Amino acid sequence: MAISDVNPFEAPPVGDNMFARITDNVSRIAETATPPRAWYIAFGVAQLLLLMFFGSLGYVIWNGIGAWGNMMPVAWGFPIVNFVFWIGIGHAGTLISAVLFLFRQNWRTAINRFAEAMTIFAVVCAGIFPGMHIGRPWLPYYMFPIPNQMNMWPQFRSPLEWDVFAVSTYATVSILFWYMGMIPDFATFRDRATTTVRRVAYGIVAMGWRGSSRQWHVYERAYLILAALATPLVLSVHSVVSFDFATAQLPGWHTTIFPPYFVAGAIFGGFAMVVTLAVPARQFFGLKRIITIRHLELMNKVIMATGLIVGYAYGMEFFVAWYSGNKYEVFAFVNRAFGPYGWAYWTMISCNVLFPQLHWFPKVRTNPWATLAIGMIVNVGMWFERFVIICTSLSRDFLPSSWGYFVPTPVDLMTLGGSFGLFFTLFLLFCRYLPMVAMAEVKAFSPAGHAHGDH
Amino acid sequence: MSDDHKPSIKPGPAPVHGLLAEYDTPGQILHAAKHIRKAGFTKWDTYTPFAVHGIDDAMGIKMTKLPWFTLVAGVCGLLTAITLQWWTNAVDYPWIVSGKPFWSIPANVPIMFELTVLLSAITTLVGMLMLNNLPHPSHPLDQVRRFARVTDDKFFLMIEASDPKFDDVETRELLAETHPVAIEAVLEDRTTAEKLPTGLVYGLVIVAVASVVPFALAAKARYTKSDSPRIHLIQDMDSQPKYKAQRENSFFADNRATRPAIDGTVAVGDARDDDKFYKGKEGNTWARTFPSQIALTEATMDRGRQRFGIYCTPCHGQVGQGNGMVSMRADSLAQGTWVPPSNVTQANLREMPVGELFNNISYGVRNMPGYAPQIKTEDRWAIIMYVRALQRSQSGSVSDLPPDARASLK
Repeated sequence: MAISDVNPFEAPPVGDNMFARITDNVSRIAETATPPRAWYIAFGVAQLLLLMFFGSLGYVIWNGIGAWGNMMPVAWGFPIVNFVFWIGIGHAGTLISAVLFLFRQNWRTAINRFAEAMTIFAVVCAGIFPGMHIGRPWLPYYMFPIPNQMNMWPQFRSPLEWDVFAVSTYATVSILFWYMGMIPDFATFRDRATTTVRRVAYGIVAMGWRGSSRQWHVYERAYLILAALATPLVLSVHSVVSFDFATAQLPGWHTTIFPPYFVAGAIFGGFAMVVTLAVPARQFFGLKRIITIRHLELMNKVIMATGLIVGYAYGMEFFVAWYSGNKYEVFAFVNRAFGPYGWAYWTMISCNVLFPQLHWFPKVRTNPWATLAIGMIVNVGMWFERFVIICTSLSRDFLPSSWGYFVPTPVDLMTLGGSFGLFFTLFLLFCRYLPMVAMAEVKAFSPAGHAHGDH
Repeated sequence: MSDDHKPSIKPGPAPVHGLLAEYDTPGQILHAAKHIRKAGFTKWDTYTPFAVHGIDDAMGIKMTKLPWFTLVAGVCGLLTAITLQWWTNAVDYPWIVSGKPFWSIPANVPIMFELTVLLSAITTLVGMLMLNNLPHPSHPLDQVRRFARVTDDKFFLMIEASDPKFDDVETRELLAETHPVAIEAVLEDRTTAEKLPTGLVYGLVIVAVASVVPFALAAKARYTKSDSPRIHLIQDMDSQPKYKAQRENSFFADNRATRPAIDGTVAVGDARDDDKFYKGKEGNTWARTFPSQIALTEATMDRGRQRFGIYCTPCHGQVGQGNGMVSMRADSLAQGTWVPPSNVTQANLREMPVGELFNNISYGVRNMPGYAPQIKTEDRWAIIMYVRALQRSQSGSVSDLPPDARASLK
């Protein structure tokens, strides 16, 4: 199997009608024997990062979490920063697939499949961090209500326990939604299969889907119900994550603004990750006809809108701190901007509030590479947002005698970097073997998919 | 669909399963569906690459029962969450957290919500598969080559031969009226085995039985006793490579892990051979004078008063008359178990040698605990000096005052 220098997906898709061309445009990505060279390079880099991830996790399991920089007073440090960062990324996928579905935003069909995939892979990355942070990663089952001889049950009134339920429910529902959406597309792969392995493998996951209209009727109803269930779920998950902080009494955490502020931030960061993935994907896999500039522009508008909400929240936090008249609260925020972590705060402000303003210019928001650059900048900014919230608040609380300064260890940095390896490995495998675009949905909303005026 | 291609199960030509018509556009299939429905057929269906808008009405498909499945599952999820949280945290093992109630709705809402959504979502998917009769491994349509494009770009309509109105010729004519691209007879599937292969069935049975074994072993272990320690896959800190105090160690001749001190060892800070200073004794009698380390100065007296204020006043009172706050409170409770503290200014204590007072402070007397671990040796002596001053102040007479002070009293 030689790696071709020519991108096999540059050629126009085959087919004598629009439906066939859509099928071919998406299916050939998973059917080709030689993906473009960029895929191999990206996969190689992702594998190296993944190796680093497993290496650093193994080191932490063997030596204990002292290998990380977490130390009183900053006991949460990188693992929780990374957890909130990744779980936030996941929100865009469900938002696109569920909320935009309920709002009849049909442009979502081009991007919902891989946004959902991104959600699941981000939740996988997120779940590893608290799993390791519990200190004895071989005892995670203590978080679940499993009957035992000690009658020891979880404390259901703890926000951390809410997190366990919220994140695992979110992961399960996202996978169900993703899988159900793929059933008709798996059937397409099965019917186009030229080898027995592909026919059997896709045949099993397609479950014998044959496109019967009586089945489509139930299927569409199920899709609508899942969207209606996933919409409040996606809003609840990051709200529950924010409760981890908001129910604490720490100045800088103890604020009622957190749930909406976290949800807006999650959608902001998640959309930034979607465009970060979409721009190279449409470039390398020949999906420019399906994921058009219009799609990128619409996503950039969402990024700008949620970015403004996040910017408003930053300002409102300061106002409320001042208005509360609580000197600890005031100190927490002044310290955030002008204290030892000022550099992180201003990185956050410039990445999340200033750079997205470039999208006011149509030339910027319709340029794929500018979109990619700003998407990456926002990802950096959103990581720093979580770092700022967690580390500045913990490092300087009520008593100056217990102040400290968090410094990550090399293992911290390797675990963070390595988690991107896991994310990209999963995402690149998804691009290679699963339907990257919801073909059936794109066909339904294509000009030829409308039945009126045809007879 | 099924992978095992066995020879025909039944001999002879396969009977007709139905008639299949192919169309190019969603508009054509909608038109055809309306036509066939009007003709009064019941066992027929259309097959499309995507959900064609309006096909439900054209075919007369009734609203699915699926939302009811979801609703029931959602209510079950809610009830499960309520029962689980209430029973585990308020009944089976009541959690005491900051004096909060064992059971309160607001703090339990997030998990109620999550479980409601979780059960609803799982049921929606499973219900969808169930109502659609999926998974459905093999179907007569799989034998029709052109039908493979149903998941790509073509639209199909099939009338089953089992429909009471089906007739080989008339139905074909009826379908021709809808202008299909092609009409084809679909034969019954004679190539796929009716039953699952025997090997696969036995394999599944074995896997199913084997999957119960771990649970059976766990249940057995739950109700049996064992003398051997439980298996530690991960050691945690339960067993550490070290000898603990008072344990056996065959390495030493006396088999003791704890090593006794070698004769004549003096630990740091233990060289206390000044009996008068450390024990208040001179030979076998209590010392009647302060040891030489304690200077009879204003500073020592102030130190004594301050330490007395900290350690002694709670029981003995500000001037040592045995009426401290603790004693007064104990008296008011009148429980009958309280031994009142002594009045340190009473006669027998005025006569008591300082060495004995030192011993009582150090080791306690009646229910007064020893203060040696809390008060430094010098400070205990300083307290005694202050106690002596209190005793003097409580038992003096006018003649004890200096002449000028005596004059001011007049």
